[in-house]
Amino acid sequence: MSENKKDTKADNNIVKIADLNLYYTEFHALKSVNMEIKEKSVTAFIGPSGCGKSTLLRTLNRMNDMIKGVRIKGLIEIDGTDIYDPNVNVELLRKKVGMVFQQPNPFPKSIYDNIAYGPRIHGITKKQELDDIVERSLKGAALWNEVKGDLKKSAYGLSGGQQQRLCIARALAVNPEVLLMDEPTSALDPISTLKVEELIQELKNNYTIIIVTHNMQQAARVSNDTAFFLNGEVVEFNETVKLFSTPRDQRTEDYISGRFG
Amino acid sequence: MARTKEELHIAKRKRINSVFHGLFLASTLVGVVALLLLLYQVLSQGLGWLDWDFITHNSSRRPERAGIWTALVGTMWLMVVTAPLTFIIGVATAIYLEEYAKDTKLSRLIQLNISNLAGVPSIVYGILGLTIFVRVLAFGQSILSGALTMTLLILPVIIVSAQEAIKAVPGSLRHASYGLGANRWQTILRVVLPSAIPGILTGSILALSRAIGETAPLIVVGAAAFIIRPPTDLFSSFTALPIQIYTWAGQPQAEFQNIASAGIIVLLLILLGMNSFAIILRNKFQKRR
Repeated sequence: MSENKKDTKADNNIVKIADLNLYYTEFHALKSVNMEIKEKSVTAFIGPSGCGKSTLLRTLNRMNDMIKGVRIKGLIEIDGTDIYDPNVNVELLRKKVGMVFQQPNPFPKSIYDNIAYGPRIHGITKKQELDDIVERSLKGAALWNEVKGDLKKSAYGLSGGQQQRLCIARALAVNPEVLLMDEPTSALDPISTLKVEELIQELKNNYTIIIVTHNMQQAARVSNDTAFFLNGEVVEFNETVKLFSTPRDQRTEDYISGRFG
Repeated sequence: MARTKEELHIAKRKRINSVFHGLFLASTLVGVVALLLLLYQVLSQGLGWLDWDFITHNSSRRPERAGIWTALVGTMWLMVVTAPLTFIIGVATAIYLEEYAKDTKLSRLIQLNISNLAGVPSIVYGILGLTIFVRVLAFGQSILSGALTMTLLILPVIIVSAQEAIKAVPGSLRHASYGLGANRWQTILRVVLPSAIPGILTGSILALSRAIGETAPLIVVGAAAFIIRPPTDLFSSFTALPIQIYTWAGQPQAEFQNIASAGIIVLLLILLGMNSFAIILRNKFQKRR
């Protein structure tokens, strides 16, 4: 990671967002967002629907590129690289910044082929190497013990919670540094949600995790830092404990105490 | 006891419901009865003439010796050229339009054109084929001209059905692939096509079976009415099943009418076979997911 980089920064912020503005054609979806996200920690984005939290998440691996009419102004640096620089290879960026979606979206392939998909497109073909990656990724997503006998079976046979952990394992298989999670538990039952939350606690030892959630309790449970979004602005960004106990902004207080949203 | 207004109203509603039930049933039966009559007539006339000799014998001017072989081989030649051409060009076009083309005025114009082309009467394609393949490119009245005309004819159908199949692949799967760092072609090859291929194949087979039954464009392109020997290469003159049937049916002798029916049975069996194959294919792939 950044060990071999001439890194003069004393801080350990892996993602830096400076004066970021994003427009969907005319709609101003993100308004001068400034944020620095700590390495190997969990950062939660909370806020009501349509506030821009998912939009910001998708700018970090440039998934917004695929949406028509998106314009972006401002700077996003990951690991010291401006990710919107024309020389940046988007495929490599997405390898480094993995993503887990709201709905579990395994491919209609076997469990093994789902995990091996990423490594294969990045050029790994040796069976032994793929076997190792599959095992390591499934262990990393706390799924190995449940599926180790069924690697050749279709991923569609798994439960919703298992499918979501499979998608996390699939993202881990390409060795990302940052893991973006877009409401990863909103389609899951409470027990599956708990398992994913426990997994996030494990993963933050090795990965930087940014999670969008509608669930404030979840943000409070899993994250180190929390950003509160409203109408495209970051109203408040602070350590989770402070943000929930002593919010500085009246709007944050209103939201976390359930007065709107 | 007098019935209340409400009860009368309910009885009336029930009557109206039965009337419409009957009407719709009758409409459905029109189609079924017509099909049964057609099958009855064809089978009663043709079944007696349908035997192995009929299938393996060349055509002849004498009905008792005439067989369907010449036309059958002609149709197979047409399919052997048309099927791969339409499949490759059609799927490539569909992939371009769905996955690569930006939503510009030009691409919308192309799209509109393809949809309209699918509805152009087949005889118009025949005239186009006559002008381009037979005359300008001087392929003559050959298998090649016929097959290329058929290709043009069913290409729009295959493109549209392949596009539908590609559109039906959930966006979430594409996102998953892009999210892992796959580029467009990797995503198409490994995610989109495997999911879309059953739909693409089904559409292609149905389009081909339409081509097998087409007569008008082949007549215009110059498929021969009466030839004895089956074609031997791309530039042979040829006939095809529907043309042979049409020719036989136009003869004054009753025997020719009967072998026309026998020819129809052969054609129907081929179409039935292709359509069942398409259905089996679709079910097989659907189950796998």
